[in-house]
Amino acid sequence: MTLLVLEGVRRRFGGIVAADGIDLTLAAGERRCLIGPNGAGKSTVFKLIMGLLRPDAGSIRFDDHEITREEPFRRVQRGLSMKYQTTRIFPSLTVSQNMSIALSRGKEASDLAAWGLDRFGLASLGTRRAGELSYGQQHWLEMCMALGNRPRVVLMDEPTAGMTPEESRRTAAFVRELAGRGIAAIVIEHDMGFVRDLEAPTTVLHQGRVFREGSMAEIEADPEVQRIYLGEVDA
Amino acid sequence: MRGRRFCAGARRARRRADEWPGSCRQPGHRAGAGPASVFERLGLDGPLTVFGGRFYWSLFALALAAALLFPLYGSVFAALNFTNFLINVPLALGLALLWGYCGVLSFGQVAFFGIAGYAYGVMAINWGMGSATLLAAFGALGLTAVVAAAFGYFLFYGRVSGWIIPVLTLVLTLVLETFLGQTAGMEWKIGEAPLGGFNGMTNIPSLTVGTVSFDGFSLPLFYLVVILVAGILVGLRMLANSHFGHVIMAIQEDSERTELLGYDIRRYQLLVFTIAGVLAGMSGVLYATWGNFIQPSSVGLLAATFPVLWVAVGGRRSLTSVLIGTLALSALSDALAVYSGELAFVVMGALLLFGMMAAPDGIVITVLRVATKLVSGRRK
Repeated sequence: MTLLVLEGVRRRFGGIVAADGIDLTLAAGERRCLIGPNGAGKSTVFKLIMGLLRPDAGSIRFDDHEITREEPFRRVQRGLSMKYQTTRIFPSLTVSQNMSIALSRGKEASDLAAWGLDRFGLASLGTRRAGELSYGQQHWLEMCMALGNRPRVVLMDEPTAGMTPEESRRTAAFVRELAGRGIAAIVIEHDMGFVRDLEAPTTVLHQGRVFREGSMAEIEADPEVQRIYLGEVDA
Repeated sequence: MRGRRFCAGARRARRRADEWPGSCRQPGHRAGAGPASVFERLGLDGPLTVFGGRFYWSLFALALAAALLFPLYGSVFAALNFTNFLINVPLALGLALLWGYCGVLSFGQVAFFGIAGYAYGVMAINWGMGSATLLAAFGALGLTAVVAAAFGYFLFYGRVSGWIIPVLTLVLTLVLETFLGQTAGMEWKIGEAPLGGFNGMTNIPSLTVGTVSFDGFSLPLFYLVVILVAGILVGLRMLANSHFGHVIMAIQEDSERTELLGYDIRRYQLLVFTIAGVLAGMSGVLYATWGNFIQPSSVGLLAATFPVLWVAVGGRRSLTSVLIGTLALSALSDALAVYSGELAFVVMGALLLFGMMAAPDGIVITVLRVATKLVSGRRK
């Protein structure tokens, strides 16, 4: 069942076209990686999906509802969720208070978030101020907060930025398990080891367009993709 | 409220982890993260209300008792003068909630003070003396709530943010002052109540319940204001420590993130703005009943500056500090005004500048924190 559909989504910032007619679909429980060089438009796509930016053209549908012009909080209430690239927790509140703010959909959401907290060893840190957690733990806390509305699609923007290899491995396992719980995920990542760990179909963005789609093995073998990462192709 | 259903989930998680109580460590808050105290369980203390614990509440009870018994050991004149200072506190606490907790600086809270004061005057004069004044007081607060909600709706649902809000709220109060200042003619009469132009509205009946008159010449108003201020402080502390309080603090820290957790932040901001407006209105009604008059200068530029000073010098993230700061600065400006009205403004401005450079969190809160550390150090 297709949950999220982007059709011809376009967004321009002055003379720069950050998203140039992007088409993307995501099915329930599917996981997908979004890669591309800096400035390819990956984070812009996330902001367009969440409603933080309005597209100049094109449409976004979620669960058969047109959401192109909807406010961000309505999209979250429909089941979209996002984890930022930098940690965006509330440092002056405790872990439990951060979770209390994030949780909104009753028992299922509580159980899902509790699973996430257990998974990352945060369940015993409820009274700790979030700002006192390690960098990796803050990322994990934010991932658990992103589960608080019992989402059907989670967007993760570079979830392993600044993490140790062991923390990245645990994060990859967590994202794989989300699919098992019926939660689809789109992950933006530069760490190719992490992308391989996810074992997910991969979409390459370049200059605001979908450049290639396929398995990670196919993408890595593609000489055009290798060249855009090295900056030799003006596709 | 959204998120409340999490309580059941949180309780389950608590049972699983045994370390999931809702307390935390915060500078100025009680040290240690043991089981929640009775004050925390009641919502009186928490990480978002600086200062708390048995020592704080003992001092609170002592201060309340000392205030209520003041007429027995102090002069009645001093009590009545103190009433004038206390009347400013609801306005200041409302601004502390709005600015310190929700991150929205309103430079025009006195507009709601003035609207409520004038509305009370108009209603009380028209509806007559006696218990009808109680109806006038509630009517004035209701009208203030409607105006604050309407103005806030355009601010927040128009996605106005940052420094535009202080400018717009200041414009609101200056426009109101200009309008009220030109209402001198007899054509500016609402029923039997003349608005009075620059001289303001006079002969406003004091609030009266049964045979008790809450005027500025006798003690009932003093007792009423002391109890109201104590109640508002306790109520706002409970609000700050509730789920609602956590959400508004989250909005202040990161409004976009909070919206992406599914909250319509505009609704929360509007609600806090309206609460702050009603609290400012409460001060306006009390002022009108205390002095039996209200004038356009009470919504002017200088009047608009004072609440910002009280809250900034007190410490906008601490309700207790704002209360102390408001009383101290009101008393100071009153004392200085004996020598020169302008001197009071110069000293207040100097205090603000000093506070911004030496104690950006607020002078009162910084002093209280140092005192708390000294006391706890001596105990150890």
